[in-house]
Amino acid sequence: MNLAWILLFLPLVVTAANQLVLRKNPLVPLVSTASAIITLALSFILLGREESLAFDWATIGGFSLQIGLKLDQLSTGMMIVVTGIGALVHVFSLAYMKDDEAKNRYFTGLSLFMFSMTGIVLSGNFIMTFIFWELVGVSSYLLIGHWYQKDSAADAAKKAFLCNRVGDFGFMVGILMIWGITGSLVFEEMRLPETISSGVLGAAILCVFCGAVGKSAQLPLHVWLPDAMEGPTPVSALIHAATMVAAGVYMLFRVEVSLGAEVFDGFAGQTIAWVGGLTSLAAALMATQQDDIKRILAYSTLSQLGYMVMAVGLGGGEAGMFHLFTHAWFKALLFLGSGAVIFACHHEQDIWKMGGLLKKMPITGFTFLLGTAALIAVPFVTSGFYSKEEILAAAFAGNKFLFGIAVFVAFLTTFYMTRAFVVAFLGTPRDHGADHAHEVGPLMFVPLVILAALAIGSAWLTQPLGAIDPRVHADGHHDGHAIVLGASIASLVLGLIAGFVLYNGKDQDPLSIPLFRNRFHIDWLYDNVVVRYFQDAFASIVFFFDEILIRGLAVAGLGRAAASFGLLFRSTLNGRLTSYSFALGLGVILVIYLTVFF
Amino acid sequence: MPSLNDYLLVSGLLFAIGLAGVVLRRNIIVVFMCLELMLSAANLSLVAFSRFNPINGLPDYHGQMLVFFVITVAAAEVAVGLAIIVALYRARQTVHTDDLTSLKG
Repeated sequence: MNLAWILLFLPLVVTAANQLVLRKNPLVPLVSTASAIITLALSFILLGREESLAFDWATIGGFSLQIGLKLDQLSTGMMIVVTGIGALVHVFSLAYMKDDEAKNRYFTGLSLFMFSMTGIVLSGNFIMTFIFWELVGVSSYLLIGHWYQKDSAADAAKKAFLCNRVGDFGFMVGILMIWGITGSLVFEEMRLPETISSGVLGAAILCVFCGAVGKSAQLPLHVWLPDAMEGPTPVSALIHAATMVAAGVYMLFRVEVSLGAEVFDGFAGQTIAWVGGLTSLAAALMATQQDDIKRILAYSTLSQLGYMVMAVGLGGGEAGMFHLFTHAWFKALLFLGSGAVIFACHHEQDIWKMGGLLKKMPITGFTFLLGTAALIAVPFVTSGFYSKEEILAAAFAGNKFLFGIAVFVAFLTTFYMTRAFVVAFLGTPRDHGADHAHEVGPLMFVPLVILAALAIGSAWLTQPLGAIDPRVHADGHHDGHAIVLGASIASLVLGLIAGFVLYNGKDQDPLSIPLFRNRFHIDWLYDNVVVRYFQDAFASIVFFFDEILIRGLAVAGLGRAAASFGLLFRSTLNGRLTSYSFALGLGVILVIYLTVFF
Repeated sequence: MPSLNDYLLVSGLLFAIGLAGVVLRRNIIVVFMCLELMLSAANLSLVAFSRFNPINGLPDYHGQMLVFFVITVAAAEVAVGLAIIVALYRARQTVHTDDLTSLKG
C-alpha cells in the first residue's frame, strides 16, 4: 500500500471510526488530532515525490473513470500547507472547543474536511477533483453550522452551501467542456488539439473558473464567506482562510500546469483577472468598516484571494500559488489569534469592546502583530512582502490598471489591519470582557507561535516545504521592479499613518461609510431581489414541471388513461347473455373473414 | 345425388339458425337447444367432408370418428347444462336471460 493512499484515507477511516464506533467517547478529539499529525508526517515523507497512482473505478465502453492520485511538487507542497495548518488547528481546537458539548461532532467534521481537502489536492483527474470539491462543501457546511441552534449559523451554513452549488454547476459544465476539448479527464493526459477556437476554450476555462468563483468566494458569489464566520474560529482559520477557499486558486493553477499557461491568454484570462481584481478591491473597501474582528479577517481573506485569482488570470499562476502558500500561514495565524482573543474575552467579537489586549495577552498580541505585519507586507522581513511583490509584479507586467487597483488594495489592507490592531490591542479596555482577559493556555499559544514563525519565515522556507516559488526561475529583477517596490512601500507607509492617526485612542469609529459597512448592499440585493423574485419564479417553473408534467401527465395521466379505458369497456359488460353471445358471434365472423380474405 | 355444396349449404343454414337462436332468444332452454343445433351443423359438415374426400376409394373416417366424439361430449354437456339450468331455476325462479344480469361489470 502506497503511503499516498494512507495519507488520503486515514482521515476518512478516522471520521468513520469517530462517527460509527467511538461516538460519545472522550477520545474522539485526540484521535482526530493524532490523525492530523500523522498525515502531516506522511506529507513530509511524500514531499517532492513525482508519481501517479490510479485505478479504474468505473468503465463504460471505452471510457473509464479513474480514482487517481498525482504526486508532484504542486500537490505535495500543497499537502504540507493543508496538513500543517490542519494539525495546528486541531491542536488549537483541543483547547478552544474544550467546553463545547458537541466537540466530538466538531472533530469528526474536521477529519472529514481533512479527507476531502487531501482528495482535492492529490486528485489526478477532474472527476475526482469534483467529487472531493463537493465533499469539501459538505464538511464546510457541517462545520459552519456547528452551532446550528443559532439561526444565524444554520443560515450561514445553508448560504455557503448554496453559493457553492451555484459555482459548482458551472464547474461541472466546465469539466465536461474540457473533456470534450482535450478528450481526457486525467490531468496528465490532457492535450489541447492543434486547432481550437479560442472562444470555445475560453468558455470552458471560464466555466471551470465558476467553480473557483464559488469555492474561493470571488464576486459575485463572495457573500457566503463573511457569513461563514458563524462557525467556530479554528474552522474559519483552517477552511475559510487557509485551505478550502484556496482550493479554487489551486485548481486553476492545476489547469494551468496541465494545459499550459497560454489557456489564460485572451478574454478568459482577462475576465478572471478582472474578477479577482474587483473582488480584492471591493472586499478591502468593505473590510475598512467592519467591527467584528472575524469579519475584518474574512474580508481580508476575500481580498487576498482576489489577488491570487488576479495573478492566475494574468498568467502569473506561480505568483498566485506563492501568495497562497504564505497567505495560508499568516491568515491562519490571524484567525487563530482572533480565536484566542475571542476565547479570552468570553466570546466577544466586536473590536470596539476590546482594547488594551496587547498587555493582557502578550503572546497572542505579539503573534497577531506578526501576522498583521505579514499581511500588510512589511518589506524585506515578512513572507507576505515577497509574495505580494510577485503578484504586484505580475499585475504590473499584465495590466497597468489592475496594478493600480492592487496597489490601492495594498494601501487599504494596511489601513484596515492597522485599524483592527490599534482598536483591539492598543489603548485601554472598553468592556469588562477585555478587562478580565487572560493569556490563553499553551495548547493555544504554541500553534500561534509556530504559525507566527512561519508567517515571517515561510518565504525563505519554500524549498524545504516544497512550495511553488516564482523567484526560483526569475533572473534578477522584473521590469519596473523599482516602481513595484516603491508603490508597495508607499502604500504601506500611507496605510499605517492613516490607520494610526484615525484610530489611535478612539473609542468609536470616527469614519462612517454606510456603503462599505453594508457591503455595497450586495447581500440585500440577493435577499430581496434574487432570492425573492428569482427563487419564486424558479419555484413556479419547477412546480409546473413537477405538478403538471410529471404528476399530471406522466404519473396520474397514465392512471387516468387506464381508468377511462376501463370505463369504456365496462359499458360492454352489461350482464346480458345475448349481447355477449352476439359479440362472440361477431368476433368469430370477423376472425374468419380476416383469415380467409386477407 | 346431392353434392358437397348442398350438404355444406344445409350445414351453414343450421349453424346460422343456431347462432341466431343463441343471440336472439331469451329463454335459456331455447338458447341451449340452439347451441346443440350449431354442434349438429358442425357434425353435418364433418360427415359431408368425410364422405366426399375418399382415400383409396374409401371415405376418410377421421371426420366421422370426430363426429362420434362430438356427439358424446355434447351428450355429457347437455347433462351438465340442464343440471345448471335446473339449479338456476331453483335459485332465481326464472330461465329468462334478461333477468340474469348479475355478471354486469
